[in-house]
Amino acid sequence: MFASLSRLQRYYLYYTGCFLAFIGVLAVLEQHGMPPRWIGYAFLCFTISMYALIGIVCRTSDVSEYYVAGRRVPAFFNGMATGADWMSAASFIGLAGTLYLSGFQGLAYVIGWTGGFVLVALLLAPYLRRFGQYTIPDFLGARYGGNAIRLVAVAAAILASFVYVVAQIYGVGVITSRFVSLQFEIGVFVGLAGILVCSFLGGMRAVTWTQVAQYLILIVAYITPVAILSYNQTGNPVPQLVYGQVLQQVTQLEDRLFQNKDELDVRQLYRERADLYAQKIMQLPQSLSFERDQLSAQINQLKASDAQMKDIVALERQYRDLPHDPEQARARWESAMFSAAERSKPPIHHAEAFPGDTPEEQNIMRINFLALIFCLTVGTAALPHVLIRYYTTPTVRQARESVFWSLLFILLLYITAPAYAVFAKYEVLSHLAEIPIAKLPGWVAAWAKVGLVSIEDINADGILQLAELSLNPDVIVLATPEIAGMPYVVSGLVAAGGLAAALSTADGLLLTITSSLSHDVYYRIFRPDASTQFRLVISKSMLLVVAILAATVAAQKPGTILSMVSWAFSIAGSAFFPALVLGIFWERATREGALAGMLVGICLSIYYIIRVEFDSVPLLGISGFGMEPWFHIQSTSAGVFGVVAGFVTIILVSLMTRSDPRSANFLRAIRFRSGEEL
Amino acid sequence: MTTTGDIYWRRSRRLTFILIVFWLIVTFGFTWFARNINEIIIFGFPLGFYMAAQGALVIYLMIIWWYNRQMKKLDAEFGVEED
Repeated sequence: MFASLSRLQRYYLYYTGCFLAFIGVLAVLEQHGMPPRWIGYAFLCFTISMYALIGIVCRTSDVSEYYVAGRRVPAFFNGMATGADWMSAASFIGLAGTLYLSGFQGLAYVIGWTGGFVLVALLLAPYLRRFGQYTIPDFLGARYGGNAIRLVAVAAAILASFVYVVAQIYGVGVITSRFVSLQFEIGVFVGLAGILVCSFLGGMRAVTWTQVAQYLILIVAYITPVAILSYNQTGNPVPQLVYGQVLQQVTQLEDRLFQNKDELDVRQLYRERADLYAQKIMQLPQSLSFERDQLSAQINQLKASDAQMKDIVALERQYRDLPHDPEQARARWESAMFSAAERSKPPIHHAEAFPGDTPEEQNIMRINFLALIFCLTVGTAALPHVLIRYYTTPTVRQARESVFWSLLFILLLYITAPAYAVFAKYEVLSHLAEIPIAKLPGWVAAWAKVGLVSIEDINADGILQLAELSLNPDVIVLATPEIAGMPYVVSGLVAAGGLAAALSTADGLLLTITSSLSHDVYYRIFRPDASTQFRLVISKSMLLVVAILAATVAAQKPGTILSMVSWAFSIAGSAFFPALVLGIFWERATREGALAGMLVGICLSIYYIIRVEFDSVPLLGISGFGMEPWFHIQSTSAGVFGVVAGFVTIILVSLMTRSDPRSANFLRAIRFRSGEEL
Repeated sequence: MTTTGDIYWRRSRRLTFILIVFWLIVTFGFTWFARNINEIIIFGFPLGFYMAAQGALVIYLMIIWWYNRQMKKLDAEFGVEED
């Protein structure tokens, strides 16, 4: 059987063997007292030097190798590379946590991020491959003609990809700072180095082969902890099969706990706290000065009596920490009010679909669920860094097959994520709820130290009620090894997996941004006569500039970065999807139509996001432009309007303008003939 | 005038259309009724939850597999084999 494998398959089998042996050695060393910090370093060094090695071996100065890996990537490996390209730090670390927190509602991500590949397979991949150039703007430029559409496409690609790449580098910083205890900023630049070692020297070719290696690490790292946890809890090591039973137990526990009297009391206490903050906000600025006076009176009173010094110091600190002005007070109290109100809400059953007290509320949940699925599927089928991967296969048929492999490899992770969430929930409901706070398992305290878990005994009964516990979504995947009582080497493995997920996605995104700038803008528009050598020089310098820019932004720790990533789907979807699909399937679509549709789609999405999400831009001094969402749809699903508007605009404008006779030839070529004849 | 290319295109377009409709039903149709079908229990899961967490995903994989299979046949019939 071994002999029947291709050379590449054998290489990667050796590589996987090496990696597993490496883990085994570390596990043994840990038994002999190797400190956790060194295990973290060992994982970091081993994986990044592996990637660097692949990057150096694959270095290239050939344009086709640099942009599309010489179109020699077999379907199977392209599927793996796409898997790593696709699954980002958010999928690896955040998804299971989102599913834990929102239960059924979180499954919109699972459906959306996999369903999109059906659209890629049926509507886009084969045609892009038959066209056989280098970028998505290339395709739009050739289909509709003219530089305007190319420029709009470049702008949209950069807009969608840049935020995304910043989020990946940010993720690298978080992982390295947590597991290897590097400083966040240093972690960001270590990540930057990890990204540059492969993309700088070898472009798409090196990125592809590194991504295959990264996929193997990330999938092993993702499945191992939950498989062990599943074995511990159910005796079956295949979590995807057995978590249905665990889910039933979770539902029973929920039934019992949700109506528990202490739980009800705690929620009532949080409601009162939220009301208190609401009152204080209403009475600004008097409430702030009142609070200040009260505290200073207390301090004076204490000073007058012979109170202990440390009580006075504590009160003085409280006084100093008071908001400085009403503006700050409002912001701080509002967030405290929202978090208290959030905790006062009755919890939701994990498996309940579209939870809500009234049929209207349930309907809003349902509409938002479907809208989010729509945006994520269409966005998946429109993100340029995924689509360009289908330029790299040798034939059209292999492009089709590689979408199948992509989805299969991606499925492995997305089918596991809900199991993670259910096992974690079972653990929390059975081993955390109603337990004296002093007797909680060790992992709770460990993660509370880093701020990812917080516990507040609001009713002061010394026992943990569910509403008193708050978990950061990231903690689910990161803490599972400890929950299952596994040695630190497994935690190191999870960190290496998260790192692989973030680096591989960042590689793909950076390459997309760079090729948009150097290939589409510089070569196609400004200097069509540039020599190939010079084109590569431009590409590589662009790559360096964009990478450093992204790392610099990430080092500022932008707080809203994660929600910005979900907007990238809406923006990419409304910019590219209608223009690509109509361009392939509707001969009558014209340049003017596509241009108008793309602009309308992008602008409408951005307009909706801005007006729903923000109310003011302090920097520009404008405020009060917030609006009520249309049909109750959240800003993360802005693409619903953008995509539909894009389709409608392209159709209407195309019907009003004259079609280009050249488009018929173009379509005949991408629909039937093979790539070599084009 | 109808060329071989046109026939090939018409047939692959029909296949694409049918599969996309099927995909729409699975993705949005089933999901719309998730609350109702959650009453049914399958492998220990409520059906609505199961469809969203596993069922739909496997169906997606099968849609792509079927499409590839049919397109391979079509390619062979029209002599578009490339390798």
